Amino acid sequence: MTDLTRLSAAQLAEKLSSRQVSAMEAVQAHLDRIGEVDPAINAFLHVNTDEALRVASEVDKERSIGDAMHPLAGVPIAVKDLIVTKGQPTTAGSKILEGWHSPYDATVVRRLRDAKMPILGKTNLDEFAMGSSTEHSAYGPTRNPWDLDRIPGGSGGGSAAAVAAFEAPLALGTDTGGSIRQPGAVTGTVGVKPTYGGVSRYGAIAMASSLDQIGPVTRTVLDAALLHEVIGGHDPHDSTSLTDPVGALAEAARNADVKGLRIGVIKELQGEGYQDGVQARFTEALDLLRQAGADVVEVSCPNFKYALGAYYLIMPSEASSNLAKYDGVRFGLRVVPDGAPTIERVMGATRAAGFGDEVKRRIILGTYALSAGYYDAYYGSAQKVRTLIQRDFDAAFTQADVLISPTAPTTAFKLGEKLDDPLAMYLNDVATIPANMAGVPGISVPGGLADGLPVGIQFLAPARQDARLYRAGAALEALLEDTWGGPLLAQAPEIAGVK
Amino acid sequence: MSTATAEILSFDEAMEKFDPVLGFEVHVELNTRTKMFSSAPNAFGDTPNTNVTPVDLGLPGVLPVINRVAVESSIKIGLALGCKIAEKCHFARKNYFYPDTPKNFQTSQYDEPIAYDGSIDIELADGTVFTIEIERAHMEEDAGKLTHMGGATGRIQGAEFSLVDYNRAGVPLVEIVTKPIVGVGARAPELAKAYVAAIREIVKNLGVSDAKMERGNVRCDANVSLKPKGQEKFGTRTETKNVNSLRAVEHAVRYEIQRHAAVLDAGGTITQETRHWHEDTRSTTAGRPKSDADDYRYFPEPDLVPVVTDDAWIEKLRSELPEPPAARRKRLQADWGYSDAEFRDVVNAGVMDAIEETIAAGVKPATARKWWMGEISRRAKIADVEPAELGVTPALIVELQGLIDAGKINDKLSREVLDGVLAGEGTPTEVVSQRGLEVVSDDGALLEAIDGALAAQPDVAEKIRGGKLQAVGAIVGGVMKATRGQADAGRVRQLILERLGVEG
Repeated sequence: MTDLTRLSAAQLAEKLSSRQVSAMEAVQAHLDRIGEVDPAINAFLHVNTDEALRVASEVDKERSIGDAMHPLAGVPIAVKDLIVTKGQPTTAGSKILEGWHSPYDATVVRRLRDAKMPILGKTNLDEFAMGSSTEHSAYGPTRNPWDLDRIPGGSGGGSAAAVAAFEAPLALGTDTGGSIRQPGAVTGTVGVKPTYGGVSRYGAIAMASSLDQIGPVTRTVLDAALLHEVIGGHDPHDSTSLTDPVGALAEAARNADVKGLRIGVIKELQGEGYQDGVQARFTEALDLLRQAGADVVEVSCPNFKYALGAYYLIMPSEASSNLAKYDGVRFGLRVVPDGAPTIERVMGATRAAGFGDEVKRRIILGTYALSAGYYDAYYGSAQKVRTLIQRDFDAAFTQADVLISPTAPTTAFKLGEKLDDPLAMYLNDVATIPANMAGVPGISVPGGLADGLPVGIQFLAPARQDARLYRAGAALEALLEDTWGGPLLAQAPEIAGVK
Repeated sequence: MSTATAEILSFDEAMEKFDPVLGFEVHVELNTRTKMFSSAPNAFGDTPNTNVTPVDLGLPGVLPVINRVAVESSIKIGLALGCKIAEKCHFARKNYFYPDTPKNFQTSQYDEPIAYDGSIDIELADGTVFTIEIERAHMEEDAGKLTHMGGATGRIQGAEFSLVDYNRAGVPLVEIVTKPIVGVGARAPELAKAYVAAIREIVKNLGVSDAKMERGNVRCDANVSLKPKGQEKFGTRTETKNVNSLRAVEHAVRYEIQRHAAVLDAGGTITQETRHWHEDTRSTTAGRPKSDADDYRYFPEPDLVPVVTDDAWIEKLRSELPEPPAARRKRLQADWGYSDAEFRDVVNAGVMDAIEETIAAGVKPATARKWWMGEISRRAKIADVEPAELGVTPALIVELQGLIDAGKINDKLSREVLDGVLAGEGTPTEVVSQRGLEVVSDDGALLEAIDGALAAQPDVAEKIRGGKLQAVGAIVGGVMKATRGQADAGRVRQLILERLGVEG
């Protein structure tokens, strides 16, 4: 019998709709896999066994009486624990929300439920999505399925590792500066950050509101497109949500073809600072695309070099305000100091005990950057840089239909390697941040291995042109899989410690 | 705690030495069906923490959505205050930690108010008009309500714990901010009261707020500073909060002027701070020190898109505006031909609307005023209710007055008819017939009574014949007595004179 966990979501959906496989079987197979490997990976903070099986049984029942079902009905999914879910805990990877249950569902979760996709559980992340390694989770790090001594990227390391370790065919992530794409790159999976406003943020716990975006985490480009179509589209609960229809994304992935596609290589996102193996895989990918008929040109985005600096002003500024609500008054952790404490002391003690160091670091940075007398120099200047980055994109997209770069400058580093060096950690997102700053969509697809570890290739498209990502991404995926003789993840080693 | 109550200078002395500068921030709670940024009901007096959604509690993951009706109400307020309306404006976050603020920031407008640069004419009781410049009117959300338990004062100091009700959190507010008001002198307290009354009247007239000060629908923060006579530079100001009645506004401004004057006169300096108004002692105490350096770390609210207005929308709203209260008063007074004193009495008695309706129902202006300022006001006073609450309808007045004009009843009888109508005995006509109140209009019956009265008082009859017409009253009185008041006194007088052959 086929190992159901090895199927792509599209393949599994096919087997479910043709009733070769029941949703109960599909969900149970993934729950078994989680039970087997997650003690080593730690991708899940909560496993939603009962509800997932209940939804699966409903799907099987409805399908047996011939009801029309969503194509992905019964295909299980994992949800990053930054996205609120009724009936399950939501922690944001923080002690300050330990034990908290949301009384409402995020819009994307409601859409999963409407499609009858069983939710397997909630995945680990850097606390409040602040980090690039998932080491900043208050609930322990997640490990990279390719090498358990290495990080799975972050902040969405849990979702990427769950998909890479075949614990789930699909997962949701959130991407503020690369938290979907960089974990995708270092785990050999696919990650998409949609156009800002393309997917509702309602129910995604905010880090930086003007940068955050929910997106798919999958093993294939087509799967990402299918999931994107489920979660995308206008939501009246999110004022920044676009009114555009979500578009024919799966169709774009199925009709992948780069013939005549103008692909712009971003001069500033390669070379120095990029690991040799990463650069080599990137160059090979360009060669393949060229051979397939793409028109590969070089474009320059001179202001991208300021993106990281500006990001580390805007993101913490917004975060400092977004995280003010965690004060022990209405929900979550409350720490009451001895004596007859004032409300200020309760709030202070709660936040001191509930937040980890990286969160505190960013709150302090952001509070400072917004302070009277510093606002213009910091937040104001950073917003100007944002405009310049937008202009760089505008200019580049007159020369190219999509842009391309390595997703991350290095492959997965070792646990603890950069924990004491925040700046080195921040540099991981140098290639992913510009897309968030400009609101444009991006995808990371597996680009091969360097020293046995996955490398990611990133495509970027103009805002609202997410379909181009699926077209280009699926084309590159097909070209590379031809050279590998199958999916990259087929080359992943067995997870150590698992029989 | 506040320092010992400062001496206050007499108001007259304060005015001899100093010029007051005023400024007002009036918060108007809008009466939209739902809150500023959520679908929770905007309602007063419900069980605590029931009118809340995850958005109002600031739960993780929530996002605000702007209430379009609240924006329209805000634009209407701006237009009514003669303001310009911004083509595009943002909300901002005002960051501060306080438990009545669920997100620990207030979503408010900061550097881009929806309305700005307006003015409003305020007419004082003696007809003097002051123009007050409006700096801005901006949209924001209200905070929740804290109740401090276990202390003696109900204040946070000394309380054992505090309860918070988020029903009010997120209720739409418009904050109307004046420019500094100078040159008002001793009329400052009176102007303060009149200004807040005018704002309350405008928002009520627009229908955008319930405008009940006792419920906090209209709340005033009064800024006061003094400068020595002749000095240009403004003095240090205080902001008195919690001034929640028109009378309190007047008293608080007066008190702060006197307090500032005492401090300055003694060579002291005023601390820039908020002050709390206490209705019981009619005085203020020091609140939180406030300085221009208060750092709220404002930045544009990234969860909301800008509010964009266009001419068509604004003009549509402008066309829906009711006539401004001041203009309406001017028009009505002219239409009705009342003197200034008569009209002011009508306004103060709160019967202007009733008179307007009564006139529209077909009664002459002077007659309408006679009813509302006379009999109806008298009854209202006795019952201790507003005249409009007595249940007297314009149609009733039309019918009563019609009966009087037709000579069926007289003024005196009309009161008795009104008694019957208000007692539920039926329409005026029905009451007249049921109680047998119709005046005696049969001349034969009247002449019989007149002859009786003349015979009873032959000396008076003689005086009348001799030309002393004022003596007729005694005979009329006798006739009225004989007919139990059910005679038309005018007709009786006429018949008496005819009977005696005297020219009237």
